[in-house]
Amino acid sequence: MDIKEYDSGSIDIAWCPGCGNYAILNTLKQALAELKISPQQLVVVSGIGQAAKIPQYFKTNYFNGLHGRALPPATGIKSANPSLTVIAESGDGDMYGEGGNHFIHTIRRNPDITNIIHNNMVYGLTKGQASPTSELGFRTPIQITGVVSEPFNPLSIAIALDASFVARAFAGDIKETKEIMKKAITHKGYALVDIFQPCITFNKINTYEWFKKHTYYMDSTHDITNRLESFKKSIEIAKLPLGIFYKNKNKKNFEQNLKIYTKNKKPLYQRHMRMEKIAKLINSKK
Amino acid sequence: MNDISIVLCGEAGQGIQTVEQLFTKIVKKEGFNVFSTKEYMSRVRGGSNSTQLRISTEPVSAYINRIDILITLSEHAIKHLGDRVSNKTIIIGEKNHIKNNKNFKAIEIPFSLHAKEIGNIVFSNTIAVGLLSALCKIDKKVVTEQVKNFFSKKKKNLVKNNILAAEKGYNTGYNIVKKGKIRVNISVPKQQNTDIVLNGTQAIGLGALAGGCNFISSYPMSPSTGVLTFLSQQSNDFDIIVEQAEDEISAINMALGAWYAGARAMVTTSGGGYALMTEGVSLAGMIESPIVIHLAQRPGPATGLPTRTEQSDLEHALYSSHGEFPKIIFAPGTLQDGFYLTQKAFNLADKYQVPVYILTDQYFVDSYNNIPGLHLDRISNRNYFVKTKKDYKRYELKNNGISPRGIPGYGNGLICVDSDEHDEEGRITESINIRTKMVDKRLRKLKEIMKETIPPALIGDEHYKTLIIGWGSTYHIIKEAIEKIGRKDVSFLHFKQIYPIHPNTINILKKAEKTIILENNATSQFGKLIKLHTGYEINHKILQYNGLPFSVETVEKQIKQILQRGQ
Repeated sequence: MDIKEYDSGSIDIAWCPGCGNYAILNTLKQALAELKISPQQLVVVSGIGQAAKIPQYFKTNYFNGLHGRALPPATGIKSANPSLTVIAESGDGDMYGEGGNHFIHTIRRNPDITNIIHNNMVYGLTKGQASPTSELGFRTPIQITGVVSEPFNPLSIAIALDASFVARAFAGDIKETKEIMKKAITHKGYALVDIFQPCITFNKINTYEWFKKHTYYMDSTHDITNRLESFKKSIEIAKLPLGIFYKNKNKKNFEQNLKIYTKNKKPLYQRHMRMEKIAKLINSKK
Repeated sequence: MNDISIVLCGEAGQGIQTVEQLFTKIVKKEGFNVFSTKEYMSRVRGGSNSTQLRISTEPVSAYINRIDILITLSEHAIKHLGDRVSNKTIIIGEKNHIKNNKNFKAIEIPFSLHAKEIGNIVFSNTIAVGLLSALCKIDKKVVTEQVKNFFSKKKKNLVKNNILAAEKGYNTGYNIVKKGKIRVNISVPKQQNTDIVLNGTQAIGLGALAGGCNFISSYPMSPSTGVLTFLSQQSNDFDIIVEQAEDEISAINMALGAWYAGARAMVTTSGGGYALMTEGVSLAGMIESPIVIHLAQRPGPATGLPTRTEQSDLEHALYSSHGEFPKIIFAPGTLQDGFYLTQKAFNLADKYQVPVYILTDQYFVDSYNNIPGLHLDRISNRNYFVKTKKDYKRYELKNNGISPRGIPGYGNGLICVDSDEHDEEGRITESINIRTKMVDKRLRKLKEIMKETIPPALIGDEHYKTLIIGWGSTYHIIKEAIEKIGRKDVSFLHFKQIYPIHPNTINILKKAEKTIILENNATSQFGKLIKLHTGYEINHKILQYNGLPFSVETVEKQIKQILQRGQ
């Protein structure tokens, strides 16, 4: 499919020039084009924040909901119509802070959705406060003596919960990120893709150069089916590993666990309630 | 007297509910009308809970204070029921449960001893059922047959012992009556009763099924959980997706996602849980999503009285959620209302793309009653979503405010919804011009909704001098009280749609010389709403907020007092 199919013409983009979000948007469009997923079959669900504006900037169905609440509607959408490709995409504040509870329980539920998080370790839209993933000591107008709370580690949490697909990418590496996205989207279950994304306006520490220096790609010696080894990788901090950390192919996803789809694959909107069955149930109350 | 009130009172976990369910089936089968309601503590074991069973040859549907027969299952029972126990009450119980109550008539029955003889103390309940059946002169065959049916899914031995227990109780009761220790003035109905027996929870659940509900996501919270349980039990037969969410925030957002993708979704919750949902309700207002909310009220603020009843969340339902957008609020007064209004709620939510509430309370959801049946031929469902074309705009500006709602994957259009203010295509905008147009468009829907608002029902003579006003679950209580008062110039106006209020309301109120409103809350929330929308100030308020429903006697007494004061 031609990547232009996703272009939505002239739009006023609210991101800063040079923002890592542009790279993520272009990479996502490439991944979708290569997977031949039409805009009509795709739903992008997002919360609030700079990253959460992403569905506004390309051609797709979207549900741009509330701050922190992308994952519950994404689960609702996918389960009501499993033939749709559903991507829940937002920033680190939205997914790991405001929506932390949903992050945990969506992993447990394992719906067949892709969860992309633009992780820039800072709040953009509200102008530069600490995010759940900000490093210790990171100074902001609110955290004036530096962040003292332990940074949230989404990968270790996901692996601890036996998430079915866990990966980390870097926005600066288009080719590698695209491959990770493609694998995540085609994965039949919940797929976490945490993407390091430099915020050129509010995060002067974790810059493009910083990420280049502090990350490395895991090679083929890493066994992505080994949960314990994957967990060890996820807590490495001296140099941050990139790539697919963990995959559990044996898990049934949320929709597969729904009994309504075992015999009938039709989405809910194509089904009708049968009144004679209700009449029978009412009669049983005699 | 062809109307007796039986109360069972004991500790949580003693199986009073089993007695309620089983005995209700038996008396209904014998042809009686039956109403039952319970009050219980927020605990799993111990304390004092009671259930009232009204059995009558005439229709009965309301809670009364009077107790004709009391079965005590614990030593605290008599104290717990306070002045509801009178010297006319026949008390039946174990020796240690009825001791020190010289003022009352009491008959000692060694329930637990009899139960142990059969094999286990748990059979005490079935013995009580057998005994009550004999007192009500029910055919023994009906009793054993119903006991057999009731326990049919249990092990054979258990079925057999329960039948033995029922027979033991029946014989005991029969002998008491024979010896003249008790006289129960009730005549056995001549005709079979072909009614169905439901509680409020089941009426809402059945209404949801009839409305095409195929998705429910909720978080358990008393007294709203029953609807989630009901739909879960039916989920395999009716193709319903049921998800217990991690919290109420997730529950409503999941349901909104489901509607977006073409499902018919609902949530069921109560006070504090609904508080968490309010941001999601606002989202529904902005993205113009349908959503059906069953809000079962209980006394607040905060955790309040978790298992008790109140009508204090009307304002919460109406004014919760930031921003301005239309809503519809129903408050069923009867089981039929519970069914038909819930069914209607799904269609109105879909048609107008707004939140529709079913506002019930603990008293409504937990009370059982027989009703003549529900008529599916009177209802129909319609899906309002459209197949989209390539140039589809989700928020197309329409005269009536209703933009046709597409769903993703059905047609060539793209369905773009945004919690930010948006243009016709659903893209974020800060254009002051579009903002104003979109607010107006959303609010125009309320004018359309007004056109099919349900008028309040007038019970009694049209030429009233005094008008009693009530809403929601107090319907039968007020109706029975007014029948008892028996004055032609006193009528009753009941609202089952409390928002928007029907435009004719003011004319009905103005006709009265005196108006009295009854509400299960402390500040007359509905009275205030009427004042706001009609300018009419209701003369007298009867308010109760102790956690219990009004009793027929209380309503009768308080209305009479006001009537006398005026003369």
